[in-house]
Amino acid sequence: MPAPILSAPSLPAPIVPTSWSASWTIFRIALEERLTYRGDFALGTLMRFLPIVTQIFLWHAVFTAVSTPVTGIAKTVAGYTYEEMVAYYLLTMLGRAFSSMPGLSSGIARLIRTGEIKKFLIQPVDLLWFTFLSRVAHKTAYYSVAAGPFALVFFLCRGYFPPLPSAATLLLFTLTLLLGFLLGYFMEVSLGLIGFWWLEISSLIFVYTLLNFFLSGHMFPLDMLGPEWQWLVQFIPLQYLAYFPAAVFLGKITGAALAWGIACELIWIVALVGLSRWLFHRGVIRYSGFGG
Amino acid sequence: MRSCSIVVAEPASAHRNLFRYCPMSTIEITGLRKSFRAYQKQEGLRAAIRGLWRRNYREVEAVRGIDLTVEQGEFVAFLGPNGAGKTTTLKLLSGVVHPTSGTARVLGHVPWLRENDYRRRFALVMGQKNQLWWDLPAQESFRLHQQIYRIPPDEFLRTRDELTRLLQVENLLSQPVRELSLGERMKMELIAALLHSPDVLFLDEPTIGLDVVAQHNIQQFLKQYQQQRNVTVLLTSHYMKDVAALCQRVVIIAQGQIKYDGSLSGIIDKFSQTKVVSLTFAEGRMPERLVEFGVVLACEPPKARLRIPRNKVTQTLSTLLSQGGVEDVGVEDAPLDEVIADMFAQVHDNKSPTD
Repeated sequence: MPAPILSAPSLPAPIVPTSWSASWTIFRIALEERLTYRGDFALGTLMRFLPIVTQIFLWHAVFTAVSTPVTGIAKTVAGYTYEEMVAYYLLTMLGRAFSSMPGLSSGIARLIRTGEIKKFLIQPVDLLWFTFLSRVAHKTAYYSVAAGPFALVFFLCRGYFPPLPSAATLLLFTLTLLLGFLLGYFMEVSLGLIGFWWLEISSLIFVYTLLNFFLSGHMFPLDMLGPEWQWLVQFIPLQYLAYFPAAVFLGKITGAALAWGIACELIWIVALVGLSRWLFHRGVIRYSGFGG
Repeated sequence: MRSCSIVVAEPASAHRNLFRYCPMSTIEITGLRKSFRAYQKQEGLRAAIRGLWRRNYREVEAVRGIDLTVEQGEFVAFLGPNGAGKTTTLKLLSGVVHPTSGTARVLGHVPWLRENDYRRRFALVMGQKNQLWWDLPAQESFRLHQQIYRIPPDEFLRTRDELTRLLQVENLLSQPVRELSLGERMKMELIAALLHSPDVLFLDEPTIGLDVVAQHNIQQFLKQYQQQRNVTVLLTSHYMKDVAALCQRVVIIAQGQIKYDGSLSGIIDKFSQTKVVSLTFAEGRMPERLVEFGVVLACEPPKARLRIPRNKVTQTLSTLLSQGGVEDVGVEDAPLDEVIADMFAQVHDNKSPTD
């Protein structure tokens, strides 16, 4: 028999179907693990509220600096009143509570670097679904602790908010938060999977965090940016992580623009699901080619 | 048997159909090779800077053409020096890496296709890698395994209880894994790996770093478990005691090739160049220049131990006996550890006895 020669297999690694009961167990165990270090977890969650105070003071200083002599405080900055600006900032905090994924990319890259990823090649469990469920558990634990402080902050700052929007807007706002979670998850997973090629991706995460900081609308409302930046903001998906949900709540995006925004976000999510699957597939082929 | 060997580049469906009806051994490996590029960095800052834009790679041939057949219920040890290709072979068979060329089938599956049917039928335990959730009690990890391996609840409980009883860890199930000792953790790793009753078990140095008692416990457990379940086990270990206690068959791998495949005692016959002769002399009759007869391992008059080339044992003994004064004599094989260490050293110097 001639010696069979083999090149890198191009066959797709099968995606492991995970039953609902298995998914529930993964979620439950990840949640339990998350709650193990109670002190660190509670402190970490609560300390995230500290920047709110500094940010409110910062915007107060900005508005005062450009104040009119009559009122003592500027009416608007780039179309935002001081109250709107604070409300916007608080809403982006809420948006980011859904879309930010602390430690996700670096965690995946570490799995690859340390070889722990082998577990997911050997056991009948899908890495991407497993990390997704773990992240849902992670967020659930976070919300359970952060819900109280969030409610308190929103209550204390209720004066900054416009009257509560319609139920339909609130529903769409909730949808944008959930889509923001999916988008943030698949973006960071794709970033983490680059670890198959680079091993160390901390500089990549730094660049991503920097772009995220400015172009998600976390620092300031994106409609403050001039038209020369608008094309970039519209071209990349970062706006959906913070600006978009806040703008929907504040009624700055409505009607056709809102429908178009959600459609674009959905397209981005589908594309990123595809990208993360492809990266994982190619990454595993590369990994298994390199001796594991 | 050879008639159902296939080229791995064929579609997966073709493999499955072929394998379904072929009688076969549990593990069949033919001409398996694995090489990969390894980055070569010279020492020093200058080399590190040069490495920023130009890197040198070396082709590492981890496995260089292995042929091996293992039948169901065999307990096979892979022995070899560090870097011999043992772990790479286990990684190939568990589908973590794919080969450069060659074929392998385990339970009728091509491992690196990573079919789910195959993943549910084998387990890999690596002594230095942790698959349990570090901050949670082991029983939570076991529950997770029950779900992902789809083990029926009653079967899961039965297997878990049996394994925890055999390994005497019943009272540790609810303790976080991070608080267990290394030996206890290894036991939990084994339980996690065995819950789904795999047909094939790959053990990569399962007793590494354990104390003598823990090593012995795990050996006893593995022995009993393998005999009861008749599973096929491939084990790599640096501890000769593991191998002697567990494996009927030993495969020695060095430089990516099989150098020996047979029984443990056969290693001595094949590779041992010397024997150890123990002598007791009558008082004052010990020869002054024992070194003339062989390498002196110990000399405490009136006793002495000499290492003598195998082909000179008879001649040396008759010389000594003819000189008179020998009260007692014993001839033993050289210790297995030494034989294997010598053999590894020879292989390292490219002077393998089989080359």
